[in-house]
Amino acid sequence: MKEDRQHSDEFHERHERIWLMFLPPFIWAVHLLACYLTAAIWCAKHVGMESGFMTVRVAIGVYTAVAVAVMGWFGWIGFRRHRHLSQDLSPDDDTPLDRYRFLGLATFLLSALSIIATLFVAAVALFIGNCD
Amino acid sequence: MESLPATTNSAANSESEPEIAPSAARLLKAWETPRGWRYWSAVNNSEVGLWYTVTSFAFFLFGGVLALLMRIQLAVPGNTFLTADQYNQIFTMHGSVMMFLFAVPIFEAFSIMVLPEMLGARDLPFPRLSAYGYFSFLIGGIFVCGSLFFGAAPKGGWFMYPPLTSAFQDGVGADIWLLGLTFIEIASIAAAIELIVGVLKCRPPGMRINLIPLYCWYILVVAGMILFAFPPLIAGDILLEMERAFDWPFFDPKRGGDPVLWQHLFWIFGHPEVYIVFLPSIALMAMMIPTFARTPMVGYSWVVLSAVGTGFLSFGLWVHHMFTTGLPGISIGIFSAASQAVAIPTGVQIFCFLATLTAGNVKRSVCLLFIFAGLATFIIGGLTGVMVAVAPFDFQAHDTFFIVGHLHYVLIGGTIFPIMAAFYYFFPLVTGKQLSERVGTIVFWLVLIGFNVAFFPMHILGLLGMPRRVFTYPAGMGLDLWNLISSIGAFVLAAGFVVFLIDVFRPRRQQALSERNPWQAGTLEWLAEMPDQPWGVRSIPVINSRYPLWEQPGFVNDVDEARFYLPDAEEGKRETIVSSVIDATPIQCLRVGGPTFLTFFAALFTGGFFIFATYHWWWPAILSGVIACGVILRWVWTGTAWIPEKENKDVGLGVSLPLYLSGPQAVGWWAMFITMTADVTAFMSLVFGYFFYWTIHDDYPPEPLPGPGVFWPVTGMLLLLVAYGLTLLARHWNRRDFGARFYLLLSLAALFTVGGTGALLAGPWLTGLDPTEHVYPAVVWVLVGWTALHAVLGVVMQLYCLARRAAGRMTARYDADIVNVALYWHFLALTVVITVGVIAGFPSVS
Repeated sequence: MKEDRQHSDEFHERHERIWLMFLPPFIWAVHLLACYLTAAIWCAKHVGMESGFMTVRVAIGVYTAVAVAVMGWFGWIGFRRHRHLSQDLSPDDDTPLDRYRFLGLATFLLSALSIIATLFVAAVALFIGNCD
Repeated sequence: MESLPATTNSAANSESEPEIAPSAARLLKAWETPRGWRYWSAVNNSEVGLWYTVTSFAFFLFGGVLALLMRIQLAVPGNTFLTADQYNQIFTMHGSVMMFLFAVPIFEAFSIMVLPEMLGARDLPFPRLSAYGYFSFLIGGIFVCGSLFFGAAPKGGWFMYPPLTSAFQDGVGADIWLLGLTFIEIASIAAAIELIVGVLKCRPPGMRINLIPLYCWYILVVAGMILFAFPPLIAGDILLEMERAFDWPFFDPKRGGDPVLWQHLFWIFGHPEVYIVFLPSIALMAMMIPTFARTPMVGYSWVVLSAVGTGFLSFGLWVHHMFTTGLPGISIGIFSAASQAVAIPTGVQIFCFLATLTAGNVKRSVCLLFIFAGLATFIIGGLTGVMVAVAPFDFQAHDTFFIVGHLHYVLIGGTIFPIMAAFYYFFPLVTGKQLSERVGTIVFWLVLIGFNVAFFPMHILGLLGMPRRVFTYPAGMGLDLWNLISSIGAFVLAAGFVVFLIDVFRPRRQQALSERNPWQAGTLEWLAEMPDQPWGVRSIPVINSRYPLWEQPGFVNDVDEARFYLPDAEEGKRETIVSSVIDATPIQCLRVGGPTFLTFFAALFTGGFFIFATYHWWWPAILSGVIACGVILRWVWTGTAWIPEKENKDVGLGVSLPLYLSGPQAVGWWAMFITMTADVTAFMSLVFGYFFYWTIHDDYPPEPLPGPGVFWPVTGMLLLLVAYGLTLLARHWNRRDFGARFYLLLSLAALFTVGGTGALLAGPWLTGLDPTEHVYPAVVWVLVGWTALHAVLGVVMQLYCLARRAAGRMTARYDADIVNVALYWHFLALTVVITVGVIAGFPSVS
């Protein structure tokens, strides 16, 4: 009982921030926009500067490294929350711990998806070397 | 607890009317549907949701008839059934009606009808807002569709590309599209607000965020998408209408404009729109599949991932509609990659559905047939989608019938088939009677065969080179046979819908009522009695499972016998429970508005504003707009933030809840927050326009700078920021109950707002910026005008709060009005700072 009470306070909803699970896909969106705007503005304002296009590729590389690192960090937090006190895969019950673990799993899965989608976008900079 | 005599079928059909317990009688009285002509003043979700659903389905049938007219025209080469002009109007209206008057509204309509039932709530938090949205939709829809009968319909295609719709189209068709559909988009945003707050704040006690029905996750995602997708289109509509009505050259290249901006704004809306249309249908499947598989959904968390992931990723695809506009290769590559990535979450949810069907013990039904057809068809459409996401293929297929085939496979497979399934599934919930399974099987085969015969040949036609949107084609190009087959298929498809309609509308007096929960589903909406009662649920239950009807013993009896919350309406008011966002802990007993005609008149005059403006009848438009504002103010004054007669109310089970909340716990605060999120998105779309022009011009802002200078914009900003600070202080002193300080500060705030607005307008005015001359002055004026309009609304709100307190309708304790107005001002301050930063700051750094 004592342990239950301790848990119910630890997992009280006042400690919960539901928008955290939306941050990884939000970072994906920021990364996509940053890549697109950098490339679009560069190509609009620096037409003909083929040699300078490496700047865009490096910028996309930096954006990607930062984005993947932050999303990976969120994913790790989510994974740890999901595995907190249990190895059981499906947090389907009605306890605060289950809700806590569910939001952890959702954050982890969304981080994984966002990282894959980010790498998809970043891969373009590997293959395309100019504005044409 | 007193018990209510069962109102099941047998009881309802028995000769002697059972005596109703006093608590149930009071509850029924409070939720009674108005009779006679007053029926149309109803605002309850069951009525408004039903009207909304029926109306949007009627528009669907109208759009379907237009499709048949097109298929008659294209059945044979060189056909003269329709003229080119008629054909242009018809294909434009077909697309517009199906997207704006059917696909989005049917989801909102259906959700308004069923969401409270799924949440065991009595109603959604803003029933009058739903009614306003419905009437706006009805009036706008009739206006837009009616134009076709006067030969005045829009004819630029459902995405209205300028310059075709600006420089090359006279008449009012494009204006009807722009203003009529903007009006309807406002209704869509209203519904989105209602649905988001409903899912987040009106859940039954115990329904933690990990226990909510999957449908609710999808609603949350889709309604959120509406908030970010529709505002860019509204911004685009404003720009295009300003060009058409006042010659502001946003899309005219001769004066610095660029039609590609429209394409950006349209498709930032248009691509998420496809998912806004498709995800609710997937949500319907997520409710039906577990029922027919007799097992909980496999991978609940994975489906949530898919819903949220698809919602986000769908925003990163808009440029794939613009691959042929000459964008740099890297831009094309970025959006091609994002378009491929969205297949991942889409696939995950389909695998979860298939896994559930495999894991369960599937029961055959017409619903399931339509679900299978939907999945298969959508996968075909999805795969052709991956094909057109590959840029080189898209270059070939762009604007051909291949695209028409692809999008119909996606939309009919992903939307219409699941909606048909849902029609069969939820029909008993709405009418108390079931549709015929035998007739349904005939409908299914006619629709499935007709659909594939109609649309599969379009892929071939596209690959053969037939462009979309041509009213005819010459014989002997290899197109004749495929077009004829397609037209035959369209009529077989239509025959399926005719049989379906016969089954829906045939007299049912002799048919016995359906048994309660006819599909033995596990979710709350199937608590509904047959026929349903206006109260929704007899008592608001406590939830501890995703499928309470399956997993909570004695659940239905406990609900029926009023053993849960709010089993009575002692004060005769309409009440429901508001709960916390994450764990659904009850925090308020919310009183919601009852029947009124105010919402109808508000919609009528709002519609008047848009409709008169279409014909450039400015004075009637302004008059109608002013009356609409008056009616809305009366509605808000009399219908919101009531001061209750007591602080708390006993809602049953020993729980006492406050009747009034303000701030982030209150539903009104959430509604304001969500509205302003959409509003800021529209504003940011206009800011995007400003910088878009910078990217395409070497001399932008033009040198020498024609205006608006730095002095007036910065003065305006400072005055408005002082007004903002004073408004926040007024909120503070109101809470401390210092009435005099409140009145003084808020009055001063209103004066500063007026002064700040004037100063802001003085910038472009005094520097003589002529918006018709070049796109730069035009875009500056649009940003200033947007901000000034919001500042004027800010003054109205300040005056409203002054009047509320003076009238005793707002006090130190009951302060929701000023709290919500302060929230509005946070967003207004942000808008002001960004506007001035852009129009005065950017020219000095660029």
